[in-house]
Amino acid sequence: MNIIVLVKQVPDTSEVKINRETNTLIRDGVPSIINPFDMFAIEEALRLREQHGGKVTAVTMGPPQAADALKETVAMGVDEVVLLSDRAFAGADTWATSYTLAQGIKKLGAYDLVIAGKQAIDGDTAQVGPETADMLGIPFIAYIKKIEAIAGGKMTVERMMDDGYDVVESSLPALITVVKEINQPRLPSLKGKMKAKNLKVTTLTAKDINADENLLGLKGSPTKVVRIFPPAPRGQREILSGTIEQQVDQVVKKLKEQSLV
Amino acid sequence: MDYLLTEDQIMIRDLARQIAVEKIVPVRAELDEQNKFPTDIMKAMAQADLFGIYIPEEYGGLGKKSFELYIAIEEISKACLGVSTSYAANALGTYPILLHGSDAQKKKYLPNIASGKHLAAFGLTEANAGSDASGVQTTAKLEGNEYVLNGTKQWITNGGEAQIYTVIAITDKSKGARGASCFIVEKGTPGFTFGKKENKMGIRASSTTELIFNNCRIPKENLIAREGMGFIVAMKTLDCSRAGVGAQGVGVAQGAIDECIKFAKGRVQFGQPITSFQAIQHMLADMQTQTEAARALVYSAARMMDSGAKDFSRASAMAKLFATDTGMKVTTDAVQIMGGSGYMKEYPVEKMMRDAKILQIYEGTNQIQRNVIALDMIKEASRQK
Repeated sequence: MNIIVLVKQVPDTSEVKINRETNTLIRDGVPSIINPFDMFAIEEALRLREQHGGKVTAVTMGPPQAADALKETVAMGVDEVVLLSDRAFAGADTWATSYTLAQGIKKLGAYDLVIAGKQAIDGDTAQVGPETADMLGIPFIAYIKKIEAIAGGKMTVERMMDDGYDVVESSLPALITVVKEINQPRLPSLKGKMKAKNLKVTTLTAKDINADENLLGLKGSPTKVVRIFPPAPRGQREILSGTIEQQVDQVVKKLKEQSLV
Repeated sequence: MDYLLTEDQIMIRDLARQIAVEKIVPVRAELDEQNKFPTDIMKAMAQADLFGIYIPEEYGGLGKKSFELYIAIEEISKACLGVSTSYAANALGTYPILLHGSDAQKKKYLPNIASGKHLAAFGLTEANAGSDASGVQTTAKLEGNEYVLNGTKQWITNGGEAQIYTVIAITDKSKGARGASCFIVEKGTPGFTFGKKENKMGIRASSTTELIFNNCRIPKENLIAREGMGFIVAMKTLDCSRAGVGAQGVGVAQGAIDECIKFAKGRVQFGQPITSFQAIQHMLADMQTQTEAARALVYSAARMMDSGAKDFSRASAMAKLFATDTGMKVTTDAVQIMGGSGYMKEYPVEKMMRDAKILQIYEGTNQIQRNVIALDMIKEASRQK
């Protein structure tokens, strides 16, 4: 089966700085990694290939240095990689990003499954998966913790919920986003690293993917970041001690004092 | 120190280090305590291609040499000598096939070893044949198209876990050392069983068992080289693997230094970190200098071997001797610097010290290494006369 994995290169730290004028992240000088949730998507794709044969292609949209993230996927065993990179893509919100990814995927030809991480650790929106599926016109299932079976153009998956899980059946092709419970990502291999070292990453531009310029980048983004601010610190906290009984007594007393009960 | 490693060597070092840090360090105490073979770690190392480093590309390996193998051994040894022994003993069991096997034998066995699907083990030692390898009593008798093996091998690393065993047995008692031969025996062959798993002082993550041959019949084709070549195969194998034991010594020494300096910086006595005391500083300086000297010796031996030198017994013996004596000394000093904490199992250095001891014993005791070195010196001096 042909599997496409969506990958995002993200900053490797929670202490990134913010450009106060544009309210966007300053990424210069911050080491980059593959979005950790995407690692589970890559691993699942590789496992499916091991079971069913076929090919795994990793796709990302990003600046030229995002090729490094794609090379890392090759070191893990991904067969082919495609970098969608063009100045016109810059400043894209999730909508414009999804449009770009969908156009790129259409360019790749037939596929059976698209897998992405449930969200990226920088923006945390979890929107690109579902939006891309919508633009491709294929079914979307979020938060997959297990692929039970794939056969006869259908798949059965387990979708993680707060209070258990749903078993969902879908036709293929489909797009799923996966949670960390699904697997344990493998380490790169030496042969993979050597292949990655000499790899020329295929880059596709806006023209290559037949994209409508008005739907790309900042111009094609309906959402604008108005303001970014650190949330106000939570109020005073107190940690109780003593036996469970003593602590319960203290809680009841405090709640009564503040007329909360 | 900069050893001018190539890009590929750095890649191997970094990946081995990543496995050590992410997969081995979190479980090493548990493996040690429970005497547990690191099956999951071996799988991760297989997936990362670490088992194929020194195996030629035509047999599914990476086509690198001893140096690259030693770099990987050193990194794994920093984290756990039990795991690194299981890893290195695989190479030890493979060398007889790699150095002296026929093309058919290489084609049959090396790809599965390179991929990590099959683990290998080397069987030389017996109850009455340790340092005196000529005391081997296991026999192999040709009957038609089969050799029939009888006897018991002792203290065999990877025993029970390995699929492929290269075993030394006597084919002609009357010829002494020249009557020994080397055979490949696969796990599951009728008449081939394992004794109990040994309960060891250290390297407890590694499996050590007896190999028991009781009328074990193997195909004639499993003879490596010719009859009578067994000791030559064994000695050449040990020449190649010995400096790898040195790499284990370098690794465990560096691992102990790294733990110990981290601890010492945070340990306050008399109102200051103990690293501010000259007594501690001088110990640290000696530990690192000795380790660096050991590393340089191991790397030099590896480069000599890889350059195609014919006789490198002395170089590999010196590397093994010095680096493993250093491993023992440095781990002991690391425990000393960390004091009571160093002696406790909450910290990894007591395990490192227990583990390090075997390096002075296996694959030729360090006394035997001195014999090898001195005899080679004397031989050279007589030639020059």
